[in-house]
Amino acid sequence: MLAKAARNTYNKRMSFIELNAVKFTYNSGERDEAVALDGVSLSIGAGEFVAVVGHNGSGKSTLAKLINGLYEPDEGEILVDGLSTADDKNLFDIRSRVGVVFQNPDNQMVATIIEDDIAFGPENLGLPPAEIRARVDWALAGVGMSEYAKGMPFKLSGGQKQRVAIAGVLALKPRVMILDESTSMLDPKGREEVMRVVKKLVDEEKMTVILITHFMEEAMQCGRIVVLKEGKVFLDGGREILTREAELKEAGLETPFAVRMANALRARGIGIDADVMTLPALVEALCR
Amino acid sequence: MRDIAIGQYYPVDSVMHRLDPRVKILAVLIYIVTIFFIDTFIAYGGLLLFLTAVILLSHVPPLKVLKSLRMIVYLVVFTVLITLLFYNGKPDDLLWQWWIVKIYRTAIHSSLKMALRIMFLIVGPTMLTFTTTPVALTDGVERLLAPLKLIRVPVHSIAMIMSIALRLIPTLVEEMDKIKNAQKARGADFDSKNIFKRAISLVPVLIPLFVSSFRRANDLADAMDSRCYRGAKGRTRMKVLRLTAKDFAAMLIMAAVLFMFLWLNFNFFPGLVDFRALPWFV
Repeated sequence: MLAKAARNTYNKRMSFIELNAVKFTYNSGERDEAVALDGVSLSIGAGEFVAVVGHNGSGKSTLAKLINGLYEPDEGEILVDGLSTADDKNLFDIRSRVGVVFQNPDNQMVATIIEDDIAFGPENLGLPPAEIRARVDWALAGVGMSEYAKGMPFKLSGGQKQRVAIAGVLALKPRVMILDESTSMLDPKGREEVMRVVKKLVDEEKMTVILITHFMEEAMQCGRIVVLKEGKVFLDGGREILTREAELKEAGLETPFAVRMANALRARGIGIDADVMTLPALVEALCR
Repeated sequence: MRDIAIGQYYPVDSVMHRLDPRVKILAVLIYIVTIFFIDTFIAYGGLLLFLTAVILLSHVPPLKVLKSLRMIVYLVVFTVLITLLFYNGKPDDLLWQWWIVKIYRTAIHSSLKMALRIMFLIVGPTMLTFTTTPVALTDGVERLLAPLKLIRVPVHSIAMIMSIALRLIPTLVEEMDKIKNAQKARGADFDSKNIFKRAISLVPVLIPLFVSSFRRANDLADAMDSRCYRGAKGRTRMKVLRLTAKDFAAMLIMAAVLFMFLWLNFNFFPGLVDFRALPWFV
């Protein structure tokens, strides 16, 4: 009883995912030892749409695997909805709350038929068949792939495959979805498709989304941006972070073109509002 | 995408597709056993009729089915030649002789039967994979092997391994093509007439394929884990297998077919119909 009451008060607190001074090292103790995360503290609340950006090797993908309990932190603690990822008994519950869409769409499909693949998650949850069916149909409709239900993944385009992968995670009805560089192997059209679906999830399903990416144009669509540098949180804040050209450069990142342009224009004395970050907004500001 | 027919599901709707996978697996087993029992042309003819009926009922284009035979062409030709050349028949069956090569009439029969047998052996199971999704197939295997759980055989894991192997065939074929092209662009020679050179030239293809398979396996394991997979524990199914009237009908038909073939082959009731009396019974 008491434990349950304690849990409830915890849930009422704002943050859903908490990282406390998390350290993680690959091949620890060996010659090719590599520190991926070096004391990261973060808290992410329910309903947030967060981008995690960083240069290659900044530890951003490790973050996804840690939150999902695929890796265990060497130091520090990760709590998901109050459950620690360090306890193996919690992993099933954590993974039913946090879903991850990975980078390579071909490496995360379990079944040959799309609807069977999407059913994989709910089947693992042990749901009754009718409920699984309903979730599969709902998830497919959610990513706009209903007509492909009985098709085979290898015939789809990259963007479509990744939408199927999102549906596979969606069918678990997680509270949080992590997209771990899910668009990096896609062409611009596929990237756009996936981002449309993700935004829909944020707006309509009120899903908490953590978008791990190296495309600044994608990060720009999020409400909060976390910049990682060498395994540490370097910047954490709203979209205005993207205008801090010098700091981003230090983290090995490039500011979006429109922002660079606006900064350059400002330096020449042409007044442009600080919230101009996209190309259409820039064009409009210039035409005024 | 090349035509690798085996392990490929052909997504259309047909009676064959809707049959319970357990029934289909049992039917294929019966079919294979039958092939090993029969050795007369009349029985093979019957088998051909049966297979044609199955193919037509399955709505899979017959050409696609025939393509599955492409990969065993060499095997068939080789078998036929070996049988023809090394068969030792009775002297009065001898048709043609040159130096030490002797061709017997019975050798022709025997080699033809061997060829038919191999082809039938491929086409039958191919029809199973054409009409059954790997998930259904795995479910079927899992359910059929369920009694083995009593002696601690990890039935679920076996079924899962099978299903992932089937799922990865097209992906790996695609990958192999990619690597081959990459090596060709670097000057690798895959079209050499010399078979040894060609075999050696495959090494730089197989090693990257092997390495990337491990990476894939790792990724897939992560993806399965993160989708709450924990083996058979607490797992349910979206499509529950249930035997219906048509499944029982199919089983009856299969039993009848088996009996028919054995009858055709072994001439059970010479008093009733004597197949051996037919002039072309060989």
